[in-house]
Amino acid sequence: MTDKNKDLIDQKLQDLNNDGVDRRGFLKCMAWAGTGLVWTMSGGIPSSRAFAKTTHRSGRHGDFSFVQISDSHIGFNKPANPDVTATLQVAINKINALPQKPDFIIHTGDLSQLSKPSEFDTLDQVLKGASAKQIYFVPGEHDMLTDNGEQFLQRYGKGTEGSGWYSFDHKGVHFVGLVNVANLKAGGMGSLGHEQLEWLEDDLKGHSASTPIVLFAHIPLWTIYPDWGWGTDDSEQALSYVKRFGSVTVLNGHIHQIMQKVEGKVSFHTAMSTAFPQPAPGTAPSAGPMKVPADQLQRVLGITDVNYLVSGRSLAVVDSLLADSGSPASGNGSGAGGR
Amino acid sequence: MNRKNAWIASFTASVAIGIALLVAGSTTVKANDQPAANAEVKIDNFVFGPQTITVPVGATVTWTNKDDIPHTAVSTDGVFKSKVMDTDEKFSFKFTKAGTYSYYCSVHPKMTGQVVVQ
Repeated sequence: MTDKNKDLIDQKLQDLNNDGVDRRGFLKCMAWAGTGLVWTMSGGIPSSRAFAKTTHRSGRHGDFSFVQISDSHIGFNKPANPDVTATLQVAINKINALPQKPDFIIHTGDLSQLSKPSEFDTLDQVLKGASAKQIYFVPGEHDMLTDNGEQFLQRYGKGTEGSGWYSFDHKGVHFVGLVNVANLKAGGMGSLGHEQLEWLEDDLKGHSASTPIVLFAHIPLWTIYPDWGWGTDDSEQALSYVKRFGSVTVLNGHIHQIMQKVEGKVSFHTAMSTAFPQPAPGTAPSAGPMKVPADQLQRVLGITDVNYLVSGRSLAVVDSLLADSGSPASGNGSGAGGR
Repeated sequence: MNRKNAWIASFTASVAIGIALLVAGSTTVKANDQPAANAEVKIDNFVFGPQTITVPVGATVTWTNKDDIPHTAVSTDGVFKSKVMDTDEKFSFKFTKAGTYSYYCSVHPKMTGQVVVQ
């Protein structure tokens, strides 16, 4: 391990997000992450427990599950991960090996590195091997680099509105895919725009307050770190439309690391990348690919498995790494990431 | 050396120094009025550097991306728009009119810069 890499990791371990989580605390979180962490939400009160414990509980599965993957960056070939196609393949293998076959997969953007047709082709080829045949996409900024996202829309956004937003219902849950990477304004962060917000308000109108809602978009719909643009300028407006619902889950990518937050009945979650990690907010001069030793890479990449239980109308989010850490899950507690 | 010759020598020296000063002076003036026509902006760690660059009318500015992530340089008023620059790729634009040109990276809009053309 080079000193620089070691410093980066040490920095990350020292104080994640300046939230007072010290090295030991973070390692504890890492142990959770290594084996996955389930948190469920019922009546707005979050609780969490180690994934290992859940799996021992009479093998109870959700009424259905789906998997979120994110930030595959096919075409990226720099030292942080010279083979992003291989790590995406590992993610797909991991999905195919899940005890409960997911009904579908959601990809929260940055499929490609440079929006090249060959990169999308490679992604399609790898995704073909997934056991779940239905895959829902929203674009990341890397997918709209050259043509305002026209190619993305042709390939992955048939039948969608505007720059690619849409909604669908699955077994009683209402899913909404949002686009916050189009027409970005100088000096700003992610943006949904007036037209999409109007559509969203209208789209949600027909649903009763007891309908579980899942919003997914590339850039986080909560402000994580404005200096790096890790947030969405008009997300508050969007979130005002879901206030009346009893269970809202927001799934995002973009920042290549797990962050979770619960605000009232809304739980926010960001996924790991399948390609390369990024530094924790403020721990590096800028966002961007973070180099870790090759044998550590698959411990900072992963997939997110979401289980839905009809009985409790709750969604349980489980993150698992591409490489199992081997260390047993330790402790329990609330709020992974502690934000 | 007689007195007359000494006077000529000192006069010649004075003229020579004067000419030297004139030449030096004119060089300085030239440097102020017409700096090198081309300028470079480096993109590093999600920052345009220098963030504000001042160039004369007719100058060509070249952006180079030193990050592992693609960036663009796009004028907020639609005056220029780079293609996507991957690592070490460049974009050049010739500024033919005086003015202040604000620009940003359309992929990472927090990244902003200015070209002042005068």
